[in-house]
Amino acid sequence: MTRLVKPAVLGAAMLASAAAVGATQAAEPIKMGALATLEGAFTVLGQEGMRGVELALQEHNYEVAGRKIELIKASSNAQPDSAVAAARKLAEQDGIDIMIGPLSGSEGLAIKDYAKTQLGVTFLNGASAAQDTTLRDPAPNFFRFNPDGAQWIAGLGEYTYKVKGYKRIAVVSEDYSFPYTMVFGFMKDFCKLGGKVPEKFWVPIGNKDFSAIIASLPEDIDAIFVVMAGSDALNFLSQYFQSGGDKPLVASSMTVDQSILSSKGRSKDYLVGTPSATPAADVNPLPEWKAFVDGYRKAFPKGLNSPSLFAQEYYVSTKAALAALEMVGGDLSDGHAKFRDALANLKLMTPAGMRSLDANRQVVTDIFLTEVAKGEDGDLKAKLIKVVPQVNQTLGESMDKFLAYGPVGRDNPSCP
Amino acid sequence: MRLFLLTVLNGLTLGALYFLVASGFSLVFGLMRNVNLAHGSLYLLGGYIGFDVAEMTGSWTLGVAAGFAAMAVLGALFQILIFRHMQGQDLRQTLVTIGISIILADFMLWIWGGDSYQFIIPDVLFGATSIPLMGIKYPTYKLFVLLSAIVIGIGLWLFLNRTRIGMMIRAGVDDRGMLQASGINVNLIFAITFAIGAGLAGLAGVIGGSALSLAPGEDLRYLLASLIVVIVGGMGSVTGAAIGSALIGLADQFGLTYSPTYGVTYTFLVMVIVLAFRPTGIMGRQ
Repeated sequence: MTRLVKPAVLGAAMLASAAAVGATQAAEPIKMGALATLEGAFTVLGQEGMRGVELALQEHNYEVAGRKIELIKASSNAQPDSAVAAARKLAEQDGIDIMIGPLSGSEGLAIKDYAKTQLGVTFLNGASAAQDTTLRDPAPNFFRFNPDGAQWIAGLGEYTYKVKGYKRIAVVSEDYSFPYTMVFGFMKDFCKLGGKVPEKFWVPIGNKDFSAIIASLPEDIDAIFVVMAGSDALNFLSQYFQSGGDKPLVASSMTVDQSILSSKGRSKDYLVGTPSATPAADVNPLPEWKAFVDGYRKAFPKGLNSPSLFAQEYYVSTKAALAALEMVGGDLSDGHAKFRDALANLKLMTPAGMRSLDANRQVVTDIFLTEVAKGEDGDLKAKLIKVVPQVNQTLGESMDKFLAYGPVGRDNPSCP
Repeated sequence: MRLFLLTVLNGLTLGALYFLVASGFSLVFGLMRNVNLAHGSLYLLGGYIGFDVAEMTGSWTLGVAAGFAAMAVLGALFQILIFRHMQGQDLRQTLVTIGISIILADFMLWIWGGDSYQFIIPDVLFGATSIPLMGIKYPTYKLFVLLSAIVIGIGLWLFLNRTRIGMMIRAGVDDRGMLQASGINVNLIFAITFAIGAGLAGLAGVIGGSALSLAPGEDLRYLLASLIVVIVGGMGSVTGAAIGSALIGLADQFGLTYSPTYGVTYTFLVMVIVLAFRPTGIMGRQ
């Protein structure tokens, strides 16, 4: 199939470029690819990501510095190979200039490696948050205006130990690079203070039946740290509460994300009082956040009550690309050099506060410590406890010391 | 000990869920020689329809009834409009049902999206029940699943072995021509069988969807489970489906609990062993 199509596409592209040379240079649109998980367990999150991209582009009328922007969407299923296949299609067949995406952690690792082979394309991360996408061996044309998993929950380990008073915690987590990063971010502080994590349960993405894990949870723990997203989280929560589970929870950002809090069903009521930390505080008082919510509701009447983290992160990345394009007058003719320079030095006011990049092109951002609370209308909301200002990737430590913790994984860190 | 008991119960309840789906599959597959690879789609579609009805009426019980009724009608239509015209052509039936399952999966994705759906189950069934003697708490709903599987299993067995229609179904399978010659409308009998099998899948969709959740992909999961159960238990036997489901459910849960990394392989191991020693399945006839 592809073999038959390729010559045709090439031919068409050649004809099109010949025509474009005849027209003025400025009229040629900038091609932007958007990659998100529109299949599999993270479908809802992927839909949210796409909404973020569309909203940002709508605000600019699909135009920047006099050049039209053409959006080309692609889908993956949270597996690295599917993300690379989709990115390859965008970069090599559609000929995009800029890509926004991917959504999931291991996809990000794979896209970083792929980016190194496509130096003519500038990649802006969507929402993927594995640590080594930017920490170790980064790609020069991969920019991440989104925090990694450890940044996402900066401050949660300390809050859990000191304020909530949970000393022994079991971890139930999805089994790939992003949750590893997040569990690391939590345990780094929690273990240092003296907390214990006797057992960690790693489950594959898309797991439906958690009865074996629920049966195996130890009795002598104070709380469970749940690191799951989308339907996996919903399934675990409903099965845990139905089985009479009564341990309090500590939640990863996406476990109490708006896509879960606004889902139907009874089990989410148990989430009230659950601490978490996230780059997206739903009750963030910033006017930028309110404008973002208003814009989202107007653009997507069928969307969620309030935009989720994934809409926000894709929105921020797209906004960053647009802001940098604006600064260079839409000029990518120098192999993106000026554009990338603008991105690297960008200070962007986002719905989640001020964001800028470090030397590895990784974001420095505010993080919000939250607890789940019931709003006046009965809907669940994440309530802001405090802002952890300008968290960087090394969580305030020096780069050397931070690298010495070693790559995150199932068994690193450990404090049983 | 607590973990062991919980795992036994987990295995049995998972087996009960498999039985609800696989009994209908076995009935159609074994008795009518109709290979219905769209059985998983009937499970998911029944679940979705049940969900919408339960949302609209606020009654979970009506949702269960709707899941059963809608799929029973659809199953009868399948038999009358499609399978009747390709009686005995195994390969063609298989391909047609694969086609139907793909079309249905896309339709469902179009209508219900990629979201996960969770039923609001009645208050009576929510929460956990202490089990006397064992000293453990177990989800009430899962005990209900186990109970309904037992009731439906017994009902099905009685229906096939003790009623006139059941007798006709069994006779029709053994010698269709003879049954027809004695003045019985064979096509009607087969349509009824197909309707019951499909209805059970729809019913299981609501009951299973309430135990776990409904999402795209569940159709294939339960189709695969049904196939394994039927292979292990033997085709066309309600008792076989029950034994097969229990075995597969237990193998699955013990695997996941005691050696999580290799959990998935145990169900297939059971299948391999049964195929090696009893190729027709545990209760299968030659």
